[in-house]
Amino acid sequence: MSQIFEQFDVISFFWMTIKLTALAAVASFIIGTVMAIMRLSPVPVLRFVGTAYVTLFRNTPLTLIVFGSLFGISITLQFSISDTLSTNAFFFAIFGLAVYHAAFVCEAIRSGVNTIPLGQAEAARSIGLTFTQTLREVILPQAMRGAITPLGNTLIALAKNTTVVMTIGVLESAYFLSKVSEDASSQLNNAFLLVAGFFVLFTVPMGLATGYASRKLAVKR
Amino acid sequence: MSSSSVLFDAPGPKARVRNRILSIISLVTFAAFAWWIISVLADQGQFEAAKWKPFIQSEIWSEYLVPGLINTVKAAAISIVLAAVLGLVLALARMSALTPLRWAAGVFVEFFRAVPVLMMMIFTWGLFIQTPSIPPDQAPLLAVVTALTLYNGSVMCEVVRAGVGQLPAGQREAGLSVGLSEQQTLRTILLPQAITAMLPSLVSQLVVVLKDTALGFNVTYLELLRSGTQAESNYTNLVPVLIVVATIYIIINYAVTKLAEYIEGRLKRRGLGRKGTTGAAGSTAAGPDMAFNRETG
Repeated sequence: MSQIFEQFDVISFFWMTIKLTALAAVASFIIGTVMAIMRLSPVPVLRFVGTAYVTLFRNTPLTLIVFGSLFGISITLQFSISDTLSTNAFFFAIFGLAVYHAAFVCEAIRSGVNTIPLGQAEAARSIGLTFTQTLREVILPQAMRGAITPLGNTLIALAKNTTVVMTIGVLESAYFLSKVSEDASSQLNNAFLLVAGFFVLFTVPMGLATGYASRKLAVKR
Repeated sequence: MSSSSVLFDAPGPKARVRNRILSIISLVTFAAFAWWIISVLADQGQFEAAKWKPFIQSEIWSEYLVPGLINTVKAAAISIVLAAVLGLVLALARMSALTPLRWAAGVFVEFFRAVPVLMMMIFTWGLFIQTPSIPPDQAPLLAVVTALTLYNGSVMCEVVRAGVGQLPAGQREAGLSVGLSEQQTLRTILLPQAITAMLPSLVSQLVVVLKDTALGFNVTYLELLRSGTQAESNYTNLVPVLIVVATIYIIINYAVTKLAEYIEGRLKRRGLGRKGTTGAAGSTAAGPDMAFNRETG
């Protein structure tokens, strides 16, 4: 075990996984919320775009999206964020993770909206609130509480899915494991136990926390 | 209750005008966005005939895309069958009367749900290429199938368990009262109903499996994405290849999703579907399958 730590900077790989998860989570939450509002809006064009977004991104493999972000959008179409190869790969990894998981965030929020009884929106409208006011004051605050469990599942999936960005050479946990497999194959079992343990420690608290939060914040009906 | 009806009434004359204006504004915005994407693609020469011509010739299909698609479907098919078997065995173990067995299955399921599929794939691939009895050219497929089976088997175990949990308590009581043992009740009464009710969830899990075969890209498995990128090195048309490959995935997965919805509709009509989109115990109206399905990349 100590040999792995001497040969590889294990902590930096794990730290990269944590950074990717945090940044992609924020970005996908923003895009996903916008998409959810579009899908719920009374404007048919917005609804169509929101639905198309979810259908397209939910049915495409993440590997393809991440690969296409760097090699398609950045390298072939020449959109670079940074001249440094690794920084560029890092940003396009987050971009790929965010657009993919936004589709799931959107569906999570929509399922949260579905937990709200019809009467709530009717009451909001009957006291004269507009669509935007209804959404902001009545629907979304409750929908977010109802969406905690599916959002938590999306977050856990996102944390695990950050491994996919090894496809474009971002130095995170899966990259570490495949490096060990190539360069120090006698240490493969130890390295697997290490990364598996890291993911168990990383994701299980997320599940417990969202489970606790959804019970604590649930709107009692 | 459709989600849109929660938020707004049938629009009146004023709202119709407003919606029409917003429609036009958003249409213009999205058209401008689409136009921008197209012009970027055109500027970078992505619409040159040479980049798209391969797709109307047979070679790129017969040499790369179709074999890749076959490998994708092969890995997915083997994995889904094995995962279904594993899931059922795990579910039986997790609901068994033997405490150690229940615990072991529980730890197994939680472990393989927490570890990323790609990690499993890289690890088993590393193991298999070191194992002399496994031909090296079979190691990628074996790694893909093993990783997908372990993860999806664990997910399916939970789906089946949730299905049993949703059955009315009377089903089990009736089984016990006619003299069946716990195990017999589970096998002959509860499981068949649970699996039928959860069939849509199990079918839509196939979308997850199909998408996850693309992870095989990282362990040199020649699935659709990797064979596509090999074609790319031949024709230097990366963007068109990615667009075509993505379209193939979207069509297949969309069809599977529709199949799952069709089955769900049929089951509902027969009264076998999952109960209660309103008063269900879960916090989401979408039902427990939301928690398990489409979890991964």
